[in-house]
Amino acid sequence: MSEAAATQSPWQTVTITRIEKRTPRVTSFFLQPSRPFTYRAGQHVDVRLTAPDGYQARRSYSIASAPDAGETIELAIERLDDGEVSPFFHEVAAVGDEVELRGPLGGHFVWSDSDGGPLLLVGGGSGVVPLMAMIRHRAARKSLVPVALVFSVRIWDEVIFRDELIGLNDRQDGFDLVLTLTREPARRPQDYARRVDVHMMVQTMMRLPEPPGLAFVCGSNAFVSSAAQALIDAGVPAGLIRTERYGV
Amino acid sequence: MVTRGFFSGRKPPTDTDARIPPGQYLEQGFPVLSAGPTPRVRTDDWSFTLKHGPRPIKKWSWAEFNALPMSKMTRDIHCVTAWTKFDTAWQGVLVDDILADAGIEPPTAFTLALSYDGYTTNVPTKDLTAGKAMVALLYEGKPITADHGGPARLLVPHLYFWKSAKWVNGLQFTERDEPGFWELRGYHIYGDPWREQRYTGDP
Repeated sequence: MSEAAATQSPWQTVTITRIEKRTPRVTSFFLQPSRPFTYRAGQHVDVRLTAPDGYQARRSYSIASAPDAGETIELAIERLDDGEVSPFFHEVAAVGDEVELRGPLGGHFVWSDSDGGPLLLVGGGSGVVPLMAMIRHRAARKSLVPVALVFSVRIWDEVIFRDELIGLNDRQDGFDLVLTLTREPARRPQDYARRVDVHMMVQTMMRLPEPPGLAFVCGSNAFVSSAAQALIDAGVPAGLIRTERYGV
Repeated sequence: MVTRGFFSGRKPPTDTDARIPPGQYLEQGFPVLSAGPTPRVRTDDWSFTLKHGPRPIKKWSWAEFNALPMSKMTRDIHCVTAWTKFDTAWQGVLVDDILADAGIEPPTAFTLALSYDGYTTNVPTKDLTAGKAMVALLYEGKPITADHGGPARLLVPHLYFWKSAKWVNGLQFTERDEPGFWELRGYHIYGDPWREQRYTGDP
């Protein structure tokens, strides 16, 4: 590491260039970095807010955009009613505002097309965000690695990135989208209307041409615990399963 | 840089402020973080091994380990994801008492904690001895749940909590400071919350 890198603050100022509502509770914020930012699909960043009296709050958010998508970083942030940082984003933040960002962070929950597959992705709610970065990366690279995404949400209108995911699925190039709605009937033939379980995992694995080489599971702690156990019960070796839990 | 429109609604009272390291916030719950599925280890199958390099020094079964002197530690813990939790109450075997039972002084200056799921984390040996760390068996008087690292987890409360390896099954003395799982993936080699040593490159 050079002297300059060692003394430079790890934090950089980023500017909000676009805001896009994804679902009633999830909004995407597109951030323009002020210095070069390279990352891998699945990584996260820390965001820091500073109050006039010097008080700071920081939270980690997964990156939704693909590394191939250019300079802008997309964070899809769920509004947590008892949160401290997410309500700022949802209620205060506007295009042109600046926040501080550190990253990219995390070297485990990452995937590049050169890592191969097949990939089994399991996301609960906003846990789909780092998986979306992987799916977008695959599409941008025109990779043919087989990927199946099981995406669990309560209702159809909470399916983050819904049109984009269905569009990618319709290309029939090896990306399979399976939605499971826990509080509404299923809408598409391959979808489910219940919580993730072992049978769903077995059936989803049958959509892949061979058993998964890697599985990524992201969501709330309860979701990840049960989904990871369902994968193990479906015969996926524990060593192939990588998890990321949104603890708070 | 002051963020437009952000105010310190959550600023802790001054009396607790001194207990919260820089960049942390106070959490009442106990979030769970881990890199993979939760291993389910039965105490019948559990064992704990002390090693010097690849060579085992001593191995304990669950019953043997539970017969070692038990100590209590109530400490604030600090997770690198920025939450701090006050007054977590643990009970277990001090690393000092593990060494005493094995009849050894620490043979090297560095230690790698080993876990059932293949997780590892490095801690300087002096950060584990002199009452600073234990292999915890109970949390708030009850067996530690699998989610939180049970049957046994390392507790090194003065360092970021990823150093407190869940599902611990051994300590290995190493000649050099060998980076563990997260340390190889961008996290700080030492991890002092008061110096905010979160990631590689932090001072």
